[in-house]
Amino acid sequence: MIQQLNFGDLLPYWDVFARGLVFTIVLTLTSTVAGLALGTAGAWARTFGPKWAGAVTRVYVEIIRNTPFIVQLFFIFFGLPALGVKLSEDVAAFIAMVINLGAYSTEIIRAGIEAVPKGHLEAGASLAMSRWEIFRHIVLKPALMKVYPALSSQIVIVMLGSAVVSQISAEDLTYAANYIQSRNFRAFEVYIVAAFLYLLLAIGLRALLRGIGRAMFPKG
Amino acid sequence: MNMVMRAAAKCTALALAGAVFASAALPAQADTLAEIEKAKVIRIAVPQDFAPFGSVGPDLQPRGYDIDMANYIAKQLGVKAQLVPVTSANRIAYLQTHKVDLVISSLGKNPEREKVIDFSVPYAPFFSGVYGLNGDGVTAAAGLSGKTVGATRGAIEEQELTKLAPADATVKRFEDNNATVSAFISGQVDYIATGNTVAATVAEKSPSRKPELKFVIKDSPCYVGLNKDEPALLAKVNEIITKAKADGTLAKFSETWLKAPLPANF
Repeated sequence: MIQQLNFGDLLPYWDVFARGLVFTIVLTLTSTVAGLALGTAGAWARTFGPKWAGAVTRVYVEIIRNTPFIVQLFFIFFGLPALGVKLSEDVAAFIAMVINLGAYSTEIIRAGIEAVPKGHLEAGASLAMSRWEIFRHIVLKPALMKVYPALSSQIVIVMLGSAVVSQISAEDLTYAANYIQSRNFRAFEVYIVAAFLYLLLAIGLRALLRGIGRAMFPKG
Repeated sequence: MNMVMRAAAKCTALALAGAVFASAALPAQADTLAEIEKAKVIRIAVPQDFAPFGSVGPDLQPRGYDIDMANYIAKQLGVKAQLVPVTSANRIAYLQTHKVDLVISSLGKNPEREKVIDFSVPYAPFFSGVYGLNGDGVTAAAGLSGKTVGATRGAIEEQELTKLAPADATVKRFEDNNATVSAFISGQVDYIATGNTVAATVAEKSPSRKPELKFVIKDSPCYVGLNKDEPALLAKVNEIITKAKADGTLAKFSETWLKAPLPANF
């Protein structure tokens, strides 16, 4: 049987929830911007870049896409200090998220780039554009437009995946929920509120991404 | 029969009845110490799943602070020790049902337990505290000002530390003991709040970052548990523990198993 629900026990902790929520939002937004930049660079390296850069990117993408996020996070936070690289939990969480989103978005954006018709590239070349100019002016925008829905989904997945950073004591929304739960033992109430907040975040993030998409790609 | 003799007979009968009644109500009044000395064996409940107090060694033999203590008491009594493995859930039941004579199983004292069993004087230090590296001069909670302390979320020491720590100290809370220990060993935090047994394990596994006790958060030493109404056995056990403390035996156990000297106030 379920015990009596009591959401009132959560009220004294509203500020803990609020701080966690803000942390998750800030972490998601900053790591999304940096992750997409990294992904775009990776996609460029794999399609237009020099051979060695393409090879390095491929290794990076395969390693990140085929290992669990939490292991990557633990490696950065607990493992790297052995090599003398000591990062705070916030920075470690940010870097892990950027590296993770970077790998996935490299593949997504690369797919978009490869879908750009060859004729467009040849048209650019016949106008004496450099490879960089072709990438910048002819390839990137239509490529991003094609894969924008897939990118949006990946960003939401990364946002939800950020719950894991609570494991290295980064004080995100999940950390807040765990903390409150360890104090008042109201597991049901705490986690249903946390789930609801994540749901709101995801819906809000999707709306934001749709708005950005409409502004960036007016016809799409 | 004259009056006096009749009265005397009545008294005797009453006394006899009283004696029978008393012994029926208190079977534990039987002198366990005498029984142990007669049987030449003492049965002692020890843990097998709680290193460093009691665990199974690589040679499949039980070992630990409690095991050494049990063997020491048996040796002092001049009898053979029969070690009975128990869990923390059934150790008191083993004692109450007379399956063992003593419980030496990292047993802490609390009022509920004191209602049902007796306790000796403490034989082992057991406490949680804040640990840090050597030579930083921190000796109290106030010294943590501006510093970062790792702790396991929800643990007693984390909750106490949250109350004790100065406002400008940072408490980093981890999911479990392993993560807290990893944070200390990897250098992510220079202080951790944890139990002395965990600190002993860390000291053994990570000599380069040996945790050193800065101050005690919560002290709950271990006692030998024994059945109520065993004054002879209780006195004997207390005498043995007091002697062990005086002659350095406990200090040796502490160094061996807890990797630290006995605390000054022990």
